[in-house]
Amino acid sequence: MSVATPAGRDPSSFDVERVRADFPVLHQQVHGCPLAFLDNAASAQHPTAVIDAISHYYRHDHANVHRGVHTLSHRATEAYEGAREAVRRFIGAGSTREIVFTRGTTEAINLVAASFGSTLQAGDEILISHMEHHSNIVPWQLLCERTGAVLRVAPIDESGTLLLDAMLEMLSARTRLVAVTHVSNALGTVNPIRDIVTAAHERGVPVLVDGAQATLHAPVDVQELGCDFYAFSGHKMCGPTGIGVLYGREDWLERLPPWQGGGEMILSVSFTATTYNKLPYKFEAGTPNIAGAIGLGAAIDYLEQIGLEQIAAYEQQLLAYLTSRLAEIDGMRLIGTAAHKAGVQSFLLGDIHPHDLGTVLDHKGVAIRTGHHCAMPVMELFEIPGTARASIAFYNTAREVDQLIEALHVAQDLLA
Amino acid sequence: MSEGLRDVYRQRVLEHSKHPRNRGRLAAANREALGFNPLCGDKLTVYLEERDGVIHDIAFDGTGCAISVASASMMTTALRGHSVAEARSAIAEIDAMLSSATLPSLSFLQDLSALENVRAYPSRVKCATLAWRTLEGALDQATQSITTE
Repeated sequence: MSVATPAGRDPSSFDVERVRADFPVLHQQVHGCPLAFLDNAASAQHPTAVIDAISHYYRHDHANVHRGVHTLSHRATEAYEGAREAVRRFIGAGSTREIVFTRGTTEAINLVAASFGSTLQAGDEILISHMEHHSNIVPWQLLCERTGAVLRVAPIDESGTLLLDAMLEMLSARTRLVAVTHVSNALGTVNPIRDIVTAAHERGVPVLVDGAQATLHAPVDVQELGCDFYAFSGHKMCGPTGIGVLYGREDWLERLPPWQGGGEMILSVSFTATTYNKLPYKFEAGTPNIAGAIGLGAAIDYLEQIGLEQIAAYEQQLLAYLTSRLAEIDGMRLIGTAAHKAGVQSFLLGDIHPHDLGTVLDHKGVAIRTGHHCAMPVMELFEIPGTARASIAFYNTAREVDQLIEALHVAQDLLA
Repeated sequence: MSEGLRDVYRQRVLEHSKHPRNRGRLAAANREALGFNPLCGDKLTVYLEERDGVIHDIAFDGTGCAISVASASMMTTALRGHSVAEARSAIAEIDAMLSSATLPSLSFLQDLSALENVRAYPSRVKCATLAWRTLEGALDQATQSITTE
């Protein structure tokens, strides 16, 4: 993932106030204070362009896709497939046959666990990392229960950095898949996906990447990464909930069996034999989330207009400011201090429980996430029940970071 | 300081959370249960020494947010020496206080009314009820851990 400032572009020229005008939800008061929305890693907000695209679809174009000969069905199909092309372009995939719409990252990973997983045997190994979200742990545990395969977990250090050498040493003759997150949702760590893919491919092992926390923060190019599968969610990147994507390399998707049966995923059905549809429809049983896909397409168009490299440069500055301001506070413990990070800073403040911090901050208009962030093994490693987590997007400002810092002082005065 | 915050984090709540009473393992306990709030990962154990339908001693152990610790601390303070039947009535009264605007009528629960405004924070009600759900589990001789879900 590239986070360098692109040559010739000055991140300070990024006009955040103009960007904020595109997001209606940001302009409100919470408990009498201006809203500072710093919970973007849980779900990002929506620009007017996305809301309008969904509204326009429902007002003018809704019909089922790939079904009817009538005008509205044609329009809906064009819009839905247009969104698929936007996704393809956005992640640099070679073909829309490699873009499967799912409900989200979780469903995309479960799809691979079910489909790819059907070829596993007892004693085969799945290699993940210690910083995975539950959605990149539990589907593999279920698969291991079904097949007798073994889940192996690569370690991370106290900064939240993946121990790459240790991980690569865990690649064995029995490793069938590596499943690793691009960006950690709890720690913010950006993992060296290309190095992992290179080493895994040398041993003939495919790699699945959980990209849920990556796609909002910097350009992603699946061909450059070289991964075999890349899963991500619409709502983490200014698109709707209930829509996500599984990118799968075409040779893999061709070989893998379908995972759900129904309409759309077939070419012909009789009671003796069914012929599956071509890619990507083989993996899209039933009427899809058409409006969700259209909304995601609109989000991608919007992000591309702003420029992912511009976004990355601005966010890196803001994240550095956030981290340095947090570090100034007495009793601050930063959780997740890897050299290469994106979007997220977890922390603990003295003995104050993260939930109390969350409530006090809410009173000051500041929205953050508190708890285990669906990454309980990370919390266990750090021997903490949870953290407070501030997570930024390109529409956040230094002023909002200051508001967070002031609110943390209020929490300290009240609770410490 | 905004008024709303002081309504939730009343002095009595803060005092109990910073200096919790009856915290630690109870050696003489003949009933205990482990409570778990999956939302925040907090775990709390309630210990009871119960004979002939009376709670002779009660304690809790574990860590949590200010609201869950204060609730557990006030609960153990309030219930020592009371009957199991009274403890069950107390659980119902605390539930009522945190779901509708009904202050406890039992005199020994007076302190607990300091938690009444937690009701305005639906995501925090489970923090306040964790100790009470766990107490219920201990009274029921729970063999499995209790959750707030």
